[in-house]
Amino acid sequence: MVILFSVICTVPLFVILIYILKEGITKINWHFLVNLPKPVGETGGGIANALIGSLLIVFFAAVIAIPIGIMGGIYLSENKKSWIATYTRLSVDVLQGTPSIVVGIVIYFWIVKPLSTFSALSGSVALAIMMLPIVVRSTEETLKLLPDSLKEAGFALGLPYQKVILRIILPCGFSGVISGVILAVARIAGETAPLLFTAFGNPYFSTNILKPMQSLPLLIFNYATSPYDEWHDLAWGAALILLLWVLLLNIITKIITRKWKIQF
Amino acid sequence: MENTILKSVDFDAYFGENQVVKKVNIEIPKNNVVAVMGPSGCGKTTFLRCINRMHELIEGAHAKGKMLLNNEDVYGMHPIFVRHKIGMVFQRPNPFPNLSIYDNVIAGYKLNGMKIAKADRDVIVEESLQKAALWNEVKDSIHKKGTFLSGGQQQRLCIARAIAMEPDILLLDEPTSALDPISTSSIEVLLQELKKNFTLIIVTHNMQQAARVSDKTAFFYVGEMVEYDDTKNMFTNPQDKRTQNYITGRFS
Repeated sequence: MVILFSVICTVPLFVILIYILKEGITKINWHFLVNLPKPVGETGGGIANALIGSLLIVFFAAVIAIPIGIMGGIYLSENKKSWIATYTRLSVDVLQGTPSIVVGIVIYFWIVKPLSTFSALSGSVALAIMMLPIVVRSTEETLKLLPDSLKEAGFALGLPYQKVILRIILPCGFSGVISGVILAVARIAGETAPLLFTAFGNPYFSTNILKPMQSLPLLIFNYATSPYDEWHDLAWGAALILLLWVLLLNIITKIITRKWKIQF
Repeated sequence: MENTILKSVDFDAYFGENQVVKKVNIEIPKNNVVAVMGPSGCGKTTFLRCINRMHELIEGAHAKGKMLLNNEDVYGMHPIFVRHKIGMVFQRPNPFPNLSIYDNVIAGYKLNGMKIAKADRDVIVEESLQKAALWNEVKDSIHKKGTFLSGGQQQRLCIARAIAMEPDILLLDEPTSALDPISTSSIEVLLQELKKNFTLIIVTHNMQQAARVSDKTAFFYVGEMVEYDDTKNMFTNPQDKRTQNYITGRFS
Protein backbone atom coordinates (compact mmCIF):
# COMPACT_ATOMS: atom_id res chain seq x y z
CA MET A 1 0.00 0.00 0.00
CA VAL A 2 2.67 2.48 1.05
CA ILE A 3 4.75 1.42 -1.92
CA LEU A 4 1.91 2.52 -4.17
CA PHE A 5 1.88 6.01 -2.68
CA SER A 6 5.63 6.16 -2.89
CA VAL A 7 5.37 5.44 -6.60
CA ILE A 8 2.56 7.98 -6.96
CA CYS A 9 4.99 10.60 -5.62
CA THR A 10 7.20 10.08 -8.64
CA VAL A 11 4.36 10.35 -11.15
CA PRO A 12 4.16 14.17 -11.37
CA LEU A 13 7.84 14.44 -12.23
CA PHE A 14 7.58 11.90 -15.02
CA VAL A 15 4.39 13.42 -16.40
CA ILE A 16 6.08 16.81 -16.55
CA LEU A 17 9.31 15.39 -17.94
CA ILE A 18 7.62 13.40 -20.68
CA TYR A 19 5.27 16.19 -21.66
CA ILE A 20 7.95 18.88 -21.80
CA LEU A 21 10.32 16.51 -23.59
CA LYS A 22 7.69 15.64 -26.18
CA GLU A 23 6.81 19.27 -26.84
CA GLY A 24 10.26 20.79 -26.42
CA ILE A 25 12.72 18.34 -27.93
CA THR A 26 11.72 19.05 -31.55
CA LYS A 27 12.25 22.77 -31.06
CA ILE A 28 15.77 22.55 -29.75
CA ASN A 29 18.70 22.72 -32.11
CA TRP A 30 21.83 24.80 -32.45
CA HIS A 31 19.99 27.74 -34.00
CA PHE A 32 17.56 27.72 -31.13
CA LEU A 33 20.39 28.19 -28.68
CA VAL A 34 22.39 30.89 -30.48
CA ASN A 35 19.74 33.02 -32.22
CA LEU A 36 17.45 35.75 -30.98
CA PRO A 37 13.66 35.46 -31.14
CA LYS A 38 12.23 36.48 -34.50
CA PRO A 39 9.37 38.98 -34.83
CA VAL A 40 5.87 37.57 -35.03
CA GLY A 41 5.14 35.92 -38.35
CA GLU A 42 8.65 34.67 -39.06
CA THR A 43 9.47 31.10 -38.22
CA GLY A 44 12.62 29.97 -36.41
CA GLY A 45 14.50 32.15 -33.99
CA GLY A 46 16.00 31.18 -30.68
CA ILE A 47 16.37 32.04 -27.04
CA ALA A 48 20.01 33.14 -26.84
CA ASN A 49 19.08 36.37 -25.06
CA ALA A 50 17.06 34.54 -22.42
CA LEU A 51 19.72 31.89 -21.89
CA ILE A 52 22.53 34.40 -21.40
CA GLY A 53 20.20 36.64 -19.40
CA SER A 54 19.25 33.84 -17.03
CA LEU A 55 22.89 32.86 -16.56
CA LEU A 56 23.86 36.45 -15.75
CA ILE A 57 20.97 37.16 -13.42
CA VAL A 58 21.47 33.90 -11.51
CA PHE A 59 25.23 34.42 -11.44
CA PHE A 60 24.95 37.84 -9.80
CA ALA A 61 22.29 36.57 -7.43
CA ALA A 62 24.70 33.82 -6.37
CA VAL A 63 27.56 36.32 -5.99
CA ILE A 64 25.40 38.33 -3.61
CA ALA A 65 23.81 35.48 -1.66
CA ILE A 66 26.61 32.91 -1.30
CA PRO A 67 29.11 34.84 0.84
CA ILE A 68 26.41 36.30 3.07
CA GLY A 69 24.61 32.98 3.32
CA ILE A 70 27.70 30.92 4.15
CA MET A 71 28.96 33.42 6.72
CA GLY A 72 25.51 33.55 8.29
CA GLY A 73 25.32 29.76 8.34
CA ILE A 74 28.71 29.57 10.05
CA TYR A 75 27.55 32.00 12.69
CA LEU A 76 24.38 30.01 13.34
CA SER A 77 26.22 26.72 13.68
CA GLU A 78 28.84 28.26 15.96
CA ASN A 79 26.48 30.20 18.21
CA LYS A 80 23.54 27.93 18.72
CA LYS A 81 22.03 29.72 21.68
CA SER A 82 22.83 33.43 21.39
CA TRP A 83 19.80 35.67 20.92
CA ILE A 84 21.21 36.97 17.64
CA ALA A 85 21.29 33.41 16.33
CA THR A 86 17.73 32.69 17.44
CA TYR A 87 16.57 35.92 15.87
CA THR A 88 18.49 35.24 12.64
CA ARG A 89 17.21 31.69 12.39
CA LEU A 90 13.61 32.86 12.81
CA SER A 91 14.05 35.65 10.25
CA VAL A 92 15.63 33.33 7.74
CA ASP A 93 12.84 30.78 8.16
CA VAL A 94 10.17 33.43 7.66
CA LEU A 95 12.07 34.74 4.64
CA GLN A 96 12.11 31.24 3.17
CA GLY A 97 8.31 31.18 3.43
CA THR A 98 7.83 34.64 1.95
CA PRO A 99 5.95 34.48 -1.37
CA SER A 100 8.33 35.26 -4.20
CA ILE A 101 5.98 37.83 -5.71
CA VAL A 102 6.22 39.84 -2.48
CA VAL A 103 9.99 39.85 -2.73
CA GLY A 104 9.61 41.11 -6.31
CA ILE A 105 7.31 43.97 -5.29
CA VAL A 106 9.62 45.06 -2.47
CA ILE A 107 12.62 45.13 -4.79
CA TYR A 108 10.53 47.05 -7.30
CA PHE A 109 9.93 49.79 -4.76
CA TRP A 110 13.44 49.71 -3.36
CA ILE A 111 15.58 49.48 -6.45
CA VAL A 112 13.60 49.74 -9.68
CA LYS A 113 11.64 52.86 -8.75
CA PRO A 114 14.54 54.89 -7.31
CA LEU A 115 16.68 54.04 -10.36
CA SER A 116 13.61 54.54 -12.57
CA THR A 117 14.52 51.59 -14.78
CA PHE A 118 13.95 47.87 -14.73
CA SER A 119 17.30 46.11 -14.50
CA ALA A 120 18.88 42.68 -14.40
CA LEU A 121 20.67 43.67 -11.23
CA SER A 122 17.41 44.33 -9.38
CA GLY A 123 16.32 40.86 -10.54
CA SER A 124 19.54 39.42 -9.14
CA VAL A 125 18.91 41.09 -5.80
CA ALA A 126 15.37 39.65 -5.69
CA LEU A 127 16.69 36.17 -6.51
CA ALA A 128 19.51 36.55 -3.97
CA ILE A 129 16.89 37.15 -1.30
CA MET A 130 15.11 33.97 -2.41
CA MET A 131 18.39 32.07 -2.32
CA LEU A 132 19.73 33.34 0.99
CA PRO A 133 17.64 31.20 3.39
CA ILE A 134 18.51 27.97 1.58
CA VAL A 135 22.24 28.69 1.70
CA VAL A 136 22.15 29.80 5.34
CA ARG A 137 20.22 26.80 6.60
CA SER A 138 22.06 24.18 4.57
CA THR A 139 25.42 25.60 5.69
CA GLU A 140 24.26 25.63 9.30
CA GLU A 141 22.91 22.07 9.18
CA THR A 142 26.05 20.73 7.50
CA LEU A 143 28.49 22.36 9.90
CA LYS A 144 26.45 21.42 12.96
CA LEU A 145 26.91 17.75 12.10
CA LEU A 146 30.72 17.95 12.23
CA PRO A 147 32.12 16.54 15.48
CA ASP A 148 33.52 19.00 18.03
CA SER A 149 36.67 16.89 18.20
CA LEU A 150 37.74 18.41 14.87
CA LYS A 151 37.66 21.89 16.31
CA GLU A 152 39.52 20.70 19.42
CA ALA A 153 42.22 19.16 17.25
CA GLY A 154 42.64 22.50 15.53
CA PHE A 155 42.81 24.49 18.75
CA ALA A 156 45.28 22.02 20.28
CA LEU A 157 47.59 22.65 17.33
CA GLY A 158 47.57 26.32 18.20
CA LEU A 159 45.28 27.50 15.42
CA PRO A 160 43.41 30.73 16.05
CA TYR A 161 39.62 30.58 15.87
CA GLN A 162 39.21 32.01 12.35
CA LYS A 163 41.68 29.47 10.98
CA VAL A 164 39.92 26.59 12.71
CA ILE A 165 36.71 27.67 10.99
CA LEU A 166 38.14 28.53 7.58
CA ARG A 167 40.76 25.80 7.25
CA ILE A 168 39.21 22.89 9.11
CA ILE A 169 35.46 23.24 9.67
CA LEU A 170 34.55 24.74 6.30
CA PRO A 171 36.68 22.33 4.22
CA CYS A 172 35.32 19.35 6.14
CA GLY A 173 31.77 20.47 5.49
CA PHE A 174 32.55 21.57 1.96
CA SER A 175 30.47 19.02 0.10
CA GLY A 176 27.37 19.81 2.14
CA VAL A 177 27.82 23.55 1.83
CA ILE A 178 28.40 23.38 -1.92
CA SER A 179 25.36 21.11 -2.41
CA GLY A 180 23.23 23.64 -0.59
CA VAL A 181 24.53 26.37 -2.87
CA ILE A 182 23.87 24.37 -6.04
CA LEU A 183 20.38 23.41 -4.91
CA ALA A 184 19.68 27.04 -4.15
CA VAL A 185 20.87 28.01 -7.64
CA ALA A 186 18.63 25.33 -9.15
CA ARG A 187 15.77 26.58 -7.06
CA ILE A 188 16.00 30.23 -8.15
CA ALA A 189 16.76 29.50 -11.80
CA GLY A 190 13.09 28.90 -12.44
CA GLU A 191 11.70 31.73 -10.31
CA THR A 192 9.45 33.97 -12.41
CA ALA A 193 7.48 36.15 -10.05
CA PRO A 194 10.40 38.12 -8.55
CA LEU A 195 11.65 38.92 -12.07
CA LEU A 196 8.34 40.21 -13.46
CA PHE A 197 8.84 43.74 -12.26
CA THR A 198 12.59 43.73 -11.75
CA ALA A 199 14.50 42.20 -14.68
CA PHE A 200 11.27 42.68 -16.66
CA GLY A 201 12.37 40.90 -19.85
CA ASN A 202 13.79 42.15 -23.11
CA PRO A 203 13.20 40.90 -26.66
CA TYR A 204 16.72 41.92 -27.65
CA PHE A 205 20.14 40.74 -26.63
CA SER A 206 21.58 42.62 -23.64
CA THR A 207 24.38 42.02 -21.21
CA ASN A 208 24.05 45.35 -19.43
CA ILE A 209 22.97 44.43 -15.92
CA LEU A 210 21.64 47.92 -15.31
CA LYS A 211 19.09 47.53 -18.10
CA PRO A 212 16.12 45.17 -18.52
CA MET A 213 17.17 41.64 -19.43
CA GLN A 214 15.42 38.56 -20.72
CA SER A 215 15.48 35.33 -18.75
CA LEU A 216 14.16 31.82 -19.37
CA PRO A 217 11.19 31.91 -16.98
CA LEU A 218 10.18 35.37 -18.20
CA LEU A 219 10.40 34.23 -21.79
CA ILE A 220 8.25 31.22 -21.02
CA PHE A 221 5.72 33.37 -19.18
CA ASN A 222 5.49 36.01 -21.92
CA TYR A 223 5.63 33.77 -24.97
CA ALA A 224 3.41 30.99 -23.69
CA THR A 225 0.62 33.46 -22.96
CA SER A 226 0.94 35.04 -26.41
CA PRO A 227 -1.44 34.06 -29.25
CA TYR A 228 1.33 33.09 -31.71
CA ASP A 229 2.31 29.49 -32.48
CA GLU A 230 5.94 30.39 -33.24
CA TRP A 231 6.26 31.93 -29.80
CA HIS A 232 4.67 28.90 -28.19
CA ASP A 233 7.39 26.80 -29.77
CA LEU A 234 10.06 29.02 -28.25
CA ALA A 235 8.38 28.76 -24.86
CA TRP A 236 8.29 24.95 -25.03
CA GLY A 237 11.95 24.80 -25.98
CA ALA A 238 12.88 27.22 -23.21
CA ALA A 239 10.87 25.17 -20.71
CA LEU A 240 12.82 22.07 -21.65
CA ILE A 241 16.14 23.89 -21.33
CA LEU A 242 15.15 25.20 -17.91
CA LEU A 243 14.06 21.76 -16.79
CA LEU A 244 17.30 20.20 -18.00
CA TRP A 245 19.25 22.91 -16.18
CA VAL A 246 17.53 22.14 -12.88
CA LEU A 247 17.84 18.40 -13.42
CA LEU A 248 21.54 18.70 -14.20
CA LEU A 249 22.24 20.79 -11.10
CA ASN A 250 20.42 18.25 -8.96
CA ILE A 251 22.45 15.41 -10.43
CA ILE A 252 25.68 17.34 -9.88
CA THR A 253 24.69 17.84 -6.25
CA LYS A 254 24.14 14.11 -5.81
CA ILE A 255 27.52 13.34 -7.35
CA ILE A 256 29.30 15.89 -5.18
CA THR A 257 27.77 14.65 -1.96
CA ARG A 258 28.74 11.10 -2.85
CA LYS A 259 32.25 11.78 -4.21
CA TRP A 260 33.42 14.37 -1.74
CA LYS A 261 31.73 12.90 1.26
CA ILE A 262 34.14 13.03 4.14
CA GLN A 263 34.43 9.93 6.24
CA PHE A 264 35.18 10.08 9.91
CA MET B 1 63.18 19.85 41.69
CA GLU B 2 65.87 21.05 39.36
CA ASN B 3 64.66 19.63 36.10
CA THR B 4 61.06 20.66 36.63
CA ILE B 5 59.43 21.60 33.34
CA LEU B 6 55.91 22.29 34.55
CA LYS B 7 54.67 23.44 37.88
CA SER B 8 51.25 24.45 39.07
CA VAL B 9 50.72 26.60 42.16
CA ASP B 10 47.36 26.58 43.97
CA PHE B 11 45.59 25.90 40.72
CA ASP B 12 41.78 26.10 40.63
CA ALA B 13 39.49 25.50 37.68
CA TYR B 14 35.78 26.24 37.39
CA PHE B 15 32.81 25.60 35.14
CA GLY B 16 30.78 28.68 35.95
CA GLU B 17 30.31 28.59 39.74
CA ASN B 18 31.22 24.95 39.99
CA GLN B 19 34.81 24.36 41.09
CA VAL B 20 36.15 21.17 39.54
CA VAL B 21 39.87 21.47 40.30
CA LYS B 22 40.89 22.55 43.79
CA LYS B 23 44.26 23.97 44.81
CA VAL B 24 46.42 21.64 42.81
CA ASN B 25 50.16 21.90 43.36
CA ILE B 26 52.20 19.63 41.15
CA GLU B 27 55.71 19.56 39.76
CA ILE B 28 56.38 17.64 36.60
CA PRO B 29 60.00 16.63 35.93
CA LYS B 30 61.38 16.73 32.43
CA ASN B 31 61.40 13.59 30.24
CA ASN B 32 59.11 11.72 32.55
CA VAL B 33 55.75 10.10 32.01
CA VAL B 34 53.36 11.39 34.60
CA ALA B 35 50.02 9.65 34.94
CA VAL B 36 46.99 11.44 36.30
CA MET B 37 44.43 8.94 37.51
CA GLY B 38 41.22 9.00 39.43
CA PRO B 39 37.55 8.10 39.17
CA SER B 40 35.27 9.76 36.60
CA GLY B 41 34.48 13.37 37.34
CA CYS B 42 37.50 13.92 39.56
CA GLY B 43 38.75 16.85 37.48
CA LYS B 44 41.73 15.09 35.93
CA THR B 45 40.79 15.88 32.34
CA THR B 46 39.88 19.44 33.26
CA PHE B 47 43.25 19.88 34.91
CA LEU B 48 44.97 18.52 31.80
CA ARG B 49 43.04 20.91 29.59
CA CYS B 50 44.09 23.80 31.82
CA ILE B 51 47.74 23.08 31.09
CA ASN B 52 47.47 24.08 27.43
CA ARG B 53 44.61 26.50 28.03
CA MET B 54 41.99 24.44 26.24
CA HIS B 55 39.75 24.63 29.30
CA GLU B 56 38.99 28.30 28.77
CA LEU B 57 37.49 27.59 25.34
CA ILE B 58 34.39 26.19 27.00
CA GLU B 59 31.79 28.81 27.71
CA GLY B 60 31.75 29.86 31.35
CA ALA B 61 34.94 27.98 32.18
CA HIS B 62 37.81 29.75 33.88
CA ALA B 63 40.85 29.00 36.00
CA LYS B 64 42.85 30.58 38.81
CA GLY B 65 46.37 30.09 40.09
CA LYS B 66 49.74 29.72 38.45
CA MET B 67 50.77 27.24 35.77
CA LEU B 68 54.48 27.59 35.13
CA LEU B 69 56.12 26.19 32.03
CA ASN B 70 59.90 26.51 32.50
CA ASN B 71 59.14 29.05 35.23
CA GLU B 72 57.00 31.19 32.97
CA ASP B 73 53.28 31.48 33.62
CA VAL B 74 51.37 30.04 30.66
CA TYR B 75 48.47 32.27 31.64
CA GLY B 76 50.67 35.24 30.80
CA MET B 77 51.52 33.91 27.35
CA HIS B 78 49.44 33.99 24.20
CA PRO B 79 47.27 30.85 24.16
CA ILE B 80 48.31 30.09 20.58
CA PHE B 81 51.96 30.06 21.66
CA VAL B 82 51.14 27.88 24.68
CA ARG B 83 49.51 25.29 22.43
CA HIS B 84 52.57 25.23 20.21
CA LYS B 85 54.70 24.46 23.26
CA ILE B 86 52.26 21.96 24.78
CA GLY B 87 50.74 19.45 22.38
CA MET B 88 47.65 17.41 23.02
CA VAL B 89 46.24 14.02 22.04
CA PHE B 90 42.57 13.30 22.64
CA GLN B 91 40.46 10.42 23.82
CA ARG B 92 39.13 9.61 20.37
CA PRO B 93 41.54 9.77 17.45
CA ASN B 94 40.68 12.91 15.51
CA PRO B 95 42.81 13.20 12.37
CA PHE B 96 41.56 15.80 9.92
CA PRO B 97 39.33 13.75 7.60
CA ASN B 98 39.87 16.07 4.64
CA LEU B 99 43.67 15.83 4.70
CA SER B 100 46.15 13.15 3.67
CA ILE B 101 48.39 11.46 6.22
CA TYR B 102 51.24 13.72 5.12
CA ASP B 103 49.14 16.87 5.45
CA ASN B 104 47.79 15.73 8.79
CA VAL B 105 51.29 15.51 10.23
CA ILE B 106 52.29 18.89 8.84
CA ALA B 107 48.88 20.45 9.66
CA GLY B 108 50.17 22.46 12.62
CA TYR B 109 52.51 24.33 10.31
CA LYS B 110 50.43 24.35 7.17
CA LEU B 111 47.11 25.48 8.62
CA ASN B 112 48.90 28.16 10.62
CA GLY B 113 50.34 29.48 7.39
CA MET B 114 53.98 28.90 8.37
CA LYS B 115 56.08 28.59 5.27
CA ILE B 116 58.65 25.81 5.22
CA ALA B 117 60.62 24.38 2.33
CA LYS B 118 59.39 21.12 0.82
CA ALA B 119 62.56 19.29 1.83
CA ASP B 120 62.21 20.39 5.46
CA ARG B 121 58.57 19.42 5.43
CA ASP B 122 59.45 15.94 4.22
CA VAL B 123 61.96 15.61 7.04
CA ILE B 124 59.48 16.76 9.67
CA VAL B 125 56.81 14.37 8.40
CA GLU B 126 59.14 11.38 8.26
CA GLU B 127 60.72 12.06 11.64
CA SER B 128 57.39 12.63 13.35
CA LEU B 129 55.93 9.45 11.89
CA GLN B 130 59.09 7.56 12.86
CA LYS B 131 58.83 8.81 16.41
CA ALA B 132 55.15 7.88 16.49
CA ALA B 133 56.10 4.38 15.25
CA LEU B 134 53.83 4.74 12.25
CA TRP B 135 56.28 5.39 9.44
CA ASN B 136 56.79 1.80 8.36
CA GLU B 137 53.07 1.17 8.16
CA VAL B 138 52.13 4.24 6.15
CA LYS B 139 55.18 5.25 4.14
CA ASP B 140 53.70 3.89 0.92
CA SER B 141 50.30 5.50 1.36
CA ILE B 142 51.38 8.77 2.84
CA HIS B 143 49.30 10.85 0.44
CA LYS B 144 46.13 8.91 1.13
CA LYS B 145 43.49 10.12 3.55
CA GLY B 146 44.29 9.46 7.22
CA THR B 147 40.80 8.18 7.93
CA PHE B 148 41.42 4.84 6.22
CA LEU B 149 43.80 3.85 9.00
CA SER B 150 42.76 1.70 11.94
CA GLY B 151 41.87 3.36 15.23
CA GLY B 152 45.28 2.70 16.75
CA GLN B 153 47.06 3.97 13.66
CA GLN B 154 44.87 7.06 13.65
CA GLN B 155 45.79 7.72 17.25
CA ARG B 156 49.49 7.38 16.43
CA LEU B 157 48.90 9.75 13.52
CA CYS B 158 47.46 12.24 16.02
CA ILE B 159 50.55 11.77 18.17
CA ALA B 160 52.75 12.39 15.12
CA ARG B 161 50.75 15.51 14.34
CA ALA B 162 51.25 16.80 17.88
CA ILE B 163 54.98 16.05 18.08
CA ALA B 164 55.64 17.50 14.62
CA MET B 165 55.27 20.90 16.31
CA GLU B 166 58.16 19.91 18.62
CA PRO B 167 56.36 20.74 21.83
CA ASP B 168 58.02 20.60 25.26
CA ILE B 169 55.15 18.68 26.74
CA LEU B 170 52.64 16.26 25.27
CA LEU B 171 49.29 15.94 27.01
CA LEU B 172 47.39 12.71 26.45
CA ASP B 173 43.75 12.58 27.50
CA GLU B 174 42.86 8.88 27.91
CA PRO B 175 44.54 8.19 24.57
CA THR B 176 43.76 4.49 24.55
CA SER B 177 40.24 4.37 25.92
CA ALA B 178 38.74 4.11 22.42
CA LEU B 179 41.24 1.48 21.26
CA ASP B 180 41.49 -2.31 21.32
CA PRO B 181 44.07 -4.05 23.57
CA ILE B 182 46.67 -4.54 20.83
CA SER B 183 46.55 -0.90 19.74
CA THR B 184 46.62 0.09 23.39
CA SER B 185 49.80 -1.83 24.11
CA SER B 186 51.48 -0.42 21.01
CA ILE B 187 50.68 3.10 22.21
CA GLU B 188 51.99 2.25 25.68
CA VAL B 189 55.26 1.01 24.23
CA LEU B 190 55.42 4.17 22.15
CA LEU B 191 55.09 6.38 25.22
CA GLN B 192 58.33 4.92 26.60
CA GLU B 193 60.10 5.94 23.39
CA LEU B 194 58.53 9.39 23.33
CA LYS B 195 59.69 10.31 26.80
CA LYS B 196 63.26 10.49 25.54
CA ASN B 197 62.32 13.63 23.63
CA PHE B 198 59.26 14.94 25.37
CA THR B 199 57.61 15.17 28.74
CA LEU B 200 54.35 13.27 28.81
CA ILE B 201 51.32 13.81 31.00
CA ILE B 202 48.72 11.12 30.54
CA VAL B 203 45.25 11.08 32.00
CA THR B 204 43.87 7.62 32.53
CA HIS B 205 41.17 6.01 34.61
CA ASN B 206 42.85 2.69 34.13
CA MET B 207 45.28 2.22 37.00
CA GLN B 208 47.02 -0.78 35.48
CA GLN B 209 47.90 1.52 32.62
CA ALA B 210 49.15 4.19 35.01
CA ALA B 211 51.29 1.56 36.75
CA ARG B 212 52.67 0.24 33.45
CA VAL B 213 53.59 3.46 31.70
CA SER B 214 54.33 6.18 34.21
CA ASP B 215 57.30 7.28 36.30
CA LYS B 216 55.17 9.37 38.58
CA THR B 217 51.48 9.20 39.34
CA ALA B 218 49.04 11.77 40.63
CA PHE B 219 45.78 10.62 42.16
CA PHE B 220 42.85 13.01 41.85
CA TYR B 221 39.68 12.70 43.86
CA VAL B 222 36.72 15.14 43.67
CA GLY B 223 38.86 17.93 42.31
CA GLU B 224 41.70 17.54 44.75
CA MET B 225 45.10 16.07 44.10
CA VAL B 226 45.15 13.59 46.95
CA GLU B 227 48.56 12.12 46.37
CA TYR B 228 51.50 12.54 44.01
CA ASP B 229 54.49 10.27 44.16
CA ASP B 230 56.75 7.94 42.21
CA THR B 231 54.50 5.35 40.61
CA LYS B 232 56.29 2.52 42.39
CA ASN B 233 55.66 4.05 45.82
CA MET B 234 52.14 5.01 44.99
CA PHE B 235 51.10 1.49 44.11
CA THR B 236 53.01 -0.31 46.83
CA ASN B 237 52.73 2.11 49.69
CA PRO B 238 49.99 4.73 49.25
CA GLN B 239 49.99 7.35 52.00
CA ASP B 240 46.40 8.44 51.82
CA LYS B 241 43.41 6.30 52.76
CA ARG B 242 41.53 7.38 49.61
CA THR B 243 44.37 6.38 47.34
CA GLN B 244 44.53 3.04 49.08
CA ASN B 245 40.80 2.53 48.57
CA TYR B 246 41.02 3.42 44.91
CA ILE B 247 43.99 1.18 44.20
CA THR B 248 42.45 -1.74 46.00
CA GLY B 249 39.24 -1.19 44.06
CA ARG B 250 37.01 -0.30 46.96
CA PHE B 251 35.51 2.48 44.86
CA SER B 252 35.93 3.44 41.25
